[in-house]
Amino acid sequence: MDVFENPDAVAAALGAAGYLTDHEIAQVVFLADRLDKPILTEGPAGVGKTALALAIAEATGRRLVRLQCYEGLDESKALYEWNYHKQLLRLQSDEGKDWDDLEAGIFTESFLLSRPLVEAIRSEEPVVLLIDEVDRVEVETEALLLEVLDTFQVTIPELGTIEASTQPIVVLTSNNTRELSEALKRRCLYLHIDYPTVEREKEILRTRIPDLDESTAHRIAEVVATIRDAGLRKPPSVGESLDWARALIALGLDVDAGSTVGTLNVLLKHQSDIDAVAAGFTPVDDR
Amino acid sequence: MIKRLAEFAEELRAAGLPVSMVEVLDAAEATRHADLRTADRLRVALAATMIKSDRHREAFDRIFDVYFVLDGSGTGPAGDEAASDLAAAVADTLHRDDRDRLLELIREAVERFGRLGAGSHGGDNFYAYRVIRRLDPEEIRKMLLEAASATGDRFDAQIARSRVERLIRVLRKEVRREILRRVADTRGREAAMRSVDVSLIEDLDLQHATRAEIDAIQRAVGPLARKLATRLSQRRRHGRRGRLDVRRTIRRSLGYGGVLIDPRFRSPRVAKPQIVLLCDTSGSMATFSRFTMQLAHAIASELASVRSFVFVEGIDEVTGLFSPRNNFADSVARIATEADVVRADGHSDYGRSFDEFVERYLEAVTPRTTVIVTGDARSNYRAPSDEAFRSIAERARAVFWLNPEPERFWNTGDSIVSAYAPWCDRVDEVRSLRQLKRFIERAALPGPGERGSHRMGRPA
Repeated sequence: MDVFENPDAVAAALGAAGYLTDHEIAQVVFLADRLDKPILTEGPAGVGKTALALAIAEATGRRLVRLQCYEGLDESKALYEWNYHKQLLRLQSDEGKDWDDLEAGIFTESFLLSRPLVEAIRSEEPVVLLIDEVDRVEVETEALLLEVLDTFQVTIPELGTIEASTQPIVVLTSNNTRELSEALKRRCLYLHIDYPTVEREKEILRTRIPDLDESTAHRIAEVVATIRDAGLRKPPSVGESLDWARALIALGLDVDAGSTVGTLNVLLKHQSDIDAVAAGFTPVDDR
Repeated sequence: MIKRLAEFAEELRAAGLPVSMVEVLDAAEATRHADLRTADRLRVALAATMIKSDRHREAFDRIFDVYFVLDGSGTGPAGDEAASDLAAAVADTLHRDDRDRLLELIREAVERFGRLGAGSHGGDNFYAYRVIRRLDPEEIRKMLLEAASATGDRFDAQIARSRVERLIRVLRKEVRREILRRVADTRGREAAMRSVDVSLIEDLDLQHATRAEIDAIQRAVGPLARKLATRLSQRRRHGRRGRLDVRRTIRRSLGYGGVLIDPRFRSPRVAKPQIVLLCDTSGSMATFSRFTMQLAHAIASELASVRSFVFVEGIDEVTGLFSPRNNFADSVARIATEADVVRADGHSDYGRSFDEFVERYLEAVTPRTTVIVTGDARSNYRAPSDEAFRSIAERARAVFWLNPEPERFWNTGDSIVSAYAPWCDRVDEVRSLRQLKRFIERAALPGPGERGSHRMGRPA
């Protein structure tokens, strides 16, 4: 389907939804739209992989259907489940009827409980389907996704195959905690999102926090980039740098050594990281 | 275009990147939609369709540069600046973050300093070397750092330094790309392809890796350690089922009119794996042991019950140093200075190390423990003390040995792999990430009933 005119239109639309793209993100989203393929985004936590899906939904005015993956996810949570209670009621109210009628009666769409994947496919309106943190499910469970990703259809033994009436835009995210299967990767366009450059982070800060002036935003972005270079256990994410900027504004602080060290706990979530960065920033004679 | 793409895919595969037929077709389809007037757009379109892992991106970029970015190397006006002025000019553009001007300057430099005769066979690396020396990133780095350090207090200086490092990274990459392009221009695509270094980190020899490569390897180790941790906590799939799950059984029965026809069972509680790691940190293992310690550190942050030991001549426990609260670099530094592993002359002594382990730490090994030994089993012709190793192995649930030496060198010279192998569940050659991955995929724990019984050396 052709939702977007060209990559620049993608960038403009996502930008209006508050998501700042770079040329790579914009182009991959554009290609996904043209080739009708899912996007698999990978990268460190907190660089805006999930936010990308939210922004696409907002930019296209589509509903977002979200499947949060976790260990132990199975088809009754991802695809569909039969509504046993309702089936039971129906059987009891229909007592005395012919077996064939009964069987045909209770395995119809009205007894089907849609879970996110089936919901995305059955939707009358086109949707954006977000399959979040797909690396959390076991390799075997990944196979559940393949039919959906491949042909946008789901086969239910009792019902037959449900095909998507409208083409969903599918975004998968992975924090790269394990290698995804080749079968899954082959079906997707791959997009690696890394920490933004200083320039881009500055723009992100400015878009999300309008009352931040340009020079402060630049300085915050540079400090965050410096901290990310320090080889920490968990470098600050974009979300955390946004929080930090808000914290600095709320406290009315300038960005200098003192205020940074004092507010590091907004940026970093491990005590060893905080200690390491604080030690690097404090002048020797102050310690 | 299709033909060109197929050739390109062939080139990628030759470098070890897995590119399937479907992906080539996708790439072809993508090129129909992408605006191909700029090389960057084409690069993104092909990367998104053909490369499915960030680790492969660098190799992809290099091959792409040779294959598609041959044209348009505009020979800039030959300036008459001296080399030092050029470096200053580059530093200045870097400082102002002016990418276009930077590219121009690099192009100029390559043109001027790297002129190579069509017939010269000096090797492309030499060519690169000449340019890089003139356009010395180190020199520029120093220049920028100096300027950076002069600004403001320590905080500002650190931020400025970090900016310089980022800029230098860009510079190095651009210089390398430009050189590649010149080589391709003057010598043809094939010569350029030969000079491209596209080795993947999966295939790097862990014992001879450079610092930068080790950093890349370390980033890849985290996910692998996590995988190993989950592998070791898995029971065999067809193991015993747990107790009846009343709630789920009744829930299922609703589908059958309340008849309890389909009993459900709780899955058995997954046992928390305990791991004991024994790492040889002797001189012959220098690079490799850094890697195994990285692995140990990564596993320790995944599992609570890991005890780590390092040995050379004697053995010492370093579990505390690997706690997830500690930074990895600090841990390594402290192990080097604090671990008490030298007894007489500091040469490896596997026998003595195992003896000491049995003496001091044997309680660490229980029937739930998996023991992982990393080392080349080169014991300088000292007594192997396989009895001590056997008593460790007999107490443990499983014993795995990772040997960084090629298998054909095992049991040659002072290597005594065969003295220990009978008591191990697996002895694997692990000298690259790919082999480590394979080890993890195959490292299945024996079930509770068959513990140790399949070890070859066990007397009946």
